[in-house]
Amino acid sequence: MRTLFLLLSVFTIAAAAGESQIVLKDGQGKNLVISQCAMCHSLDYITMNDKILDRAGWEKTVGKMINVMGAPIGDADKQIIIDYLARNYVK
Amino acid sequence: MVDRRHFIKKVAGGLAALGSWFLLQRSSLAADPVATITDALTGKKALIKKSYRPPNYETPVNYFDAPFTPNDLFFVRYHHSVIPEVKAEEWRLRVGGDAVRTPLELTLEQLRRDFKPAEIAALCLCSGNRRGLFQPHVPGVQWGSGAMGNALWRGVRLRDVLAGAGIGESALEVSLDGADSGTLKTTPDFIKSLPLAKALDENTLIAFEMNGEPLPHWNGFPARLIIPGWTATYWMKHLTEVNVLSKPFDGFWMKTAYRIPRDRFPGRQFSSQETATNMPITEMVVNSLITNLIDGQTVPAFKPLEIKGVAWDDGNGIARVEISTDDGVSWHHATLKQDYGRFSWRQWRYDFEPKRTREYRIMARATSHSGASQPFEPIPNPSGYHHNAVQKIAIQVA
Repeated sequence: MRTLFLLLSVFTIAAAAGESQIVLKDGQGKNLVISQCAMCHSLDYITMNDKILDRAGWEKTVGKMINVMGAPIGDADKQIIIDYLARNYVK
Repeated sequence: MVDRRHFIKKVAGGLAALGSWFLLQRSSLAADPVATITDALTGKKALIKKSYRPPNYETPVNYFDAPFTPNDLFFVRYHHSVIPEVKAEEWRLRVGGDAVRTPLELTLEQLRRDFKPAEIAALCLCSGNRRGLFQPHVPGVQWGSGAMGNALWRGVRLRDVLAGAGIGESALEVSLDGADSGTLKTTPDFIKSLPLAKALDENTLIAFEMNGEPLPHWNGFPARLIIPGWTATYWMKHLTEVNVLSKPFDGFWMKTAYRIPRDRFPGRQFSSQETATNMPITEMVVNSLITNLIDGQTVPAFKPLEIKGVAWDDGNGIARVEISTDDGVSWHHATLKQDYGRFSWRQWRYDFEPKRTREYRIMARATSHSGASQPFEPIPNPSGYHHNAVQKIAIQVA
């Protein structure tokens, strides 16, 4: 319970500090990207890497989040997330 | 420990509760801010925000004018979002592992009381500092030049603590774990390991003070590792566990992350973690930074201009810093300022009097006592580490 409290405090602090001002580009799959990616990290990880990765790069990154970092994202959602990133934040 | 799967549900709930955030996300009006965002974490002054969660913040380079970077301006770098505010009186350091004779558990008070104090000035430098300057770009936190800071660290020697527990003959590596963790139970915990020799180095400390004050929360309160000369990935914050191991530690953060190609950089000191093609990043490379000029800046003619900066290496010490004001055609020695020890950065200055109203191209190049000097182009590597190319700053004299 203590850790849970800490966890939620982290979210609250982060959101208060400006995380809520990060705005992703509109596009199909955006809400899924927000709900899945922001589970573990702020969305500036996406905007910070804008124009750096090609589609294959985003596939690799999303794959790493699932296979290495353990994000519980199924294949169908994975594809929607990759498509969104590759359309909106591609090199 | 409570089951983290339970947390995921709760976190999802917590996120949903931040409804305004989602609403804001749905009505995307503002363009994506690529511009610099400054933001102050609790207890810190405004720093350059790279990411909010986990918090990654760099120091504006003009603050490197001070020989020791103030604690409230010191950069912040985390891999995980769950960063508990550790209470000093509840904190314990566990010393264990399969190659330790007597596992120990120490309080902060015991650490302070039972071991000889040690102090060292040392540069703490993120492996990926200047990653954002690589061309072509490399994915990851897009650091500028401010993911570093110089501080006076005070604590006790790791080797004294390990000696208290007793090191078995089979000891090969010493792993380090901190109190932070990922949001999900499935995310690999940030655990690093050191070769035994580095763990036993007289300069490797468990520090609880930074510049004469307790460590700031965001820099590892109440205790962190200091491994002078090595990049900051090993400088474990909020240290909770030290394990003496008889086998190479094979967690993600050693086996896969923080790797550099073999034979491309100097230094090969971690044989138990090397593969045929790559090795863990270890020592810093020789480097320098001009801290008081910005590319494209205009300065007045016929007025002396003091060019200032810092230089550092892996602990051999800086032999010289040379400055060019003509795009690398001629080079002149900068004056090295006070020496705070071979693991501290070295501040330098150079007086320049521009005589013409035109563009000048300024460069700084440091050379280590090892003989190593900075390259003119960064050495490519997949994760964008060790960017130590000579800076090129164009100034307009008008």
